[in-house]
Amino acid sequence: MEIYEIILKNYNYWIFIILMFTGLYGVIAKNNIIKKLIGMNIFQTSIILFYVSLSAKLDGTIPIITETDKHKPDTLIDAANYMNPLPHVLMLTAIVVSVATIGVALALAIKVYRTYETLEEDEIRRKIASGYTGEN
Amino acid sequence: MSPLLDLIILSMTVICAIGALAVKDLLGASIVLGAYSFLLCLAWAIMGAVDVAFTEAAVGAGVSTVFFVAAVFHTTRETKD
Amino acid sequence: MKTFARITILFCLGVFLWQSWDFPDWGDKDSPASSHLSPYFAKNTMKDSHVPNIVSAILADYRGFDTMFETAVVFSAGLACFFLLRRKPPKTKSKYYRHLPTGITVKITGEGKEPSKDSKVFRQIDSLWTPYDLIIRKTTQYIIPFVQIFALYVVAHGHYSPGGGFQGGVILAATIILFAVSRNLVAGLRWVSEKAASVSAAIGVFIYAGAGAMCIVLGKVFLNYEALMEVFGTDSVMARYYGIFVVEIGVALAVTTVMIWLYYNLSSSGKHDEGL
Repeated sequence: MEIYEIILKNYNYWIFIILMFTGLYGVIAKNNIIKKLIGMNIFQTSIILFYVSLSAKLDGTIPIITETDKHKPDTLIDAANYMNPLPHVLMLTAIVVSVATIGVALALAIKVYRTYETLEEDEIRRKIASGYTGEN
Repeated sequence: MSPLLDLIILSMTVICAIGALAVKDLLGASIVLGAYSFLLCLAWAIMGAVDVAFTEAAVGAGVSTVFFVAAVFHTTRETKD
Repeated sequence: MKTFARITILFCLGVFLWQSWDFPDWGDKDSPASSHLSPYFAKNTMKDSHVPNIVSAILADYRGFDTMFETAVVFSAGLACFFLLRRKPPKTKSKYYRHLPTGITVKITGEGKEPSKDSKVFRQIDSLWTPYDLIIRKTTQYIIPFVQIFALYVVAHGHYSPGGGFQGGVILAATIILFAVSRNLVAGLRWVSEKAASVSAAIGVFIYAGAGAMCIVLGKVFLNYEALMEVFGTDSVMARYYGIFVVEIGVALAVTTVMIWLYYNLSSSGKHDEGL
């Protein structure tokens, strides 16, 4: 039973760490530019998973004030029953910023392909070293 | 919030993430990334973050996959690694 | 390079997993993340602004500054993509038209005379020759109005249900992208032109910043919606309620049009003649 409890208490951190390092491996070690962008997307979403899992509570309810709590004065509302809303707000901003970043990064990848006719990083490096300018 | 269901979905998420980086076809990698975003949205809905799950479903599994497919369409589909 | 990367990442993975032993338990009600600032938000949203959705209230009212700059970031991403990719299509490209009564495809290059844009008999198709797609056209024609109504519902009910400006804006953009994918990019451009999309994105950011600036003009601090009491004619609690709604409309407009603008530029690689 103890192994089961240890897994149950910590597994979100383990999965977040595995995902983060998968994304980081994709950014560092892959040659293709689009694979690097996929790695960057995995990295960003893993950080969002970390924050959202910090805000979860085992028997809590979603952070919308229920009908019975709406009419109570603020000293009587038990805030420990609601999931923590603050990381949700920060992560909404993070998701929208990540999609804007992916849009601009894909536009840059299309531009690189237009100039160098390839998307592999080592071929691009070779072409730059040999002075290839392309027709664009 | 049920931890057992969450554990199953998060394990499938890790498999999708490793798969998105290992597939050799770039169009296939974009589709697997869309599946990864959708599984992550399910995991957040189980954890009670409904706003974040809504946004990730619309943005990650919708618009971001379209952008990736559009970029792959205008560059090349094959890759060596 | 790859072996070096693998060794480094495995080492850092080991260090992180070793350190994660000290983190607070998952699902704990007394974890430090949930005990300092969040109870204040949960207790005081109904008293301050009468909005049950705590996340929307924090996003647009307590942390409105972050959301304003996030809208500006989204707009500048659309602008950057436009400057990177946009160029004129070459003039000698050939266009394909399908004659609807007989099903014949006509290819017109260079100096041929093209059918008029509103002709009911000829329909333009992309140069990758597409088969006749009655099912896709009819299905999307019936689905798109309902999804748009749902998107507007999500924007308007951000106070009471999960949703708000971002989510509704992205769903609305997805309907127009669906229209452009199922038919032609040229048909999509005729519905929402690029000029309308880019100007509306700027107007969306302007609505948000303008609501904040109006609060300065009426006497209080930037983005303090209680100064809009005189404009709406209610008390200070309902002024914050309506202030949040105005700001969400600005965010939805900006996010919708920037997603459409990004799609137009990415799917045609800047040339705006044919899409996915």
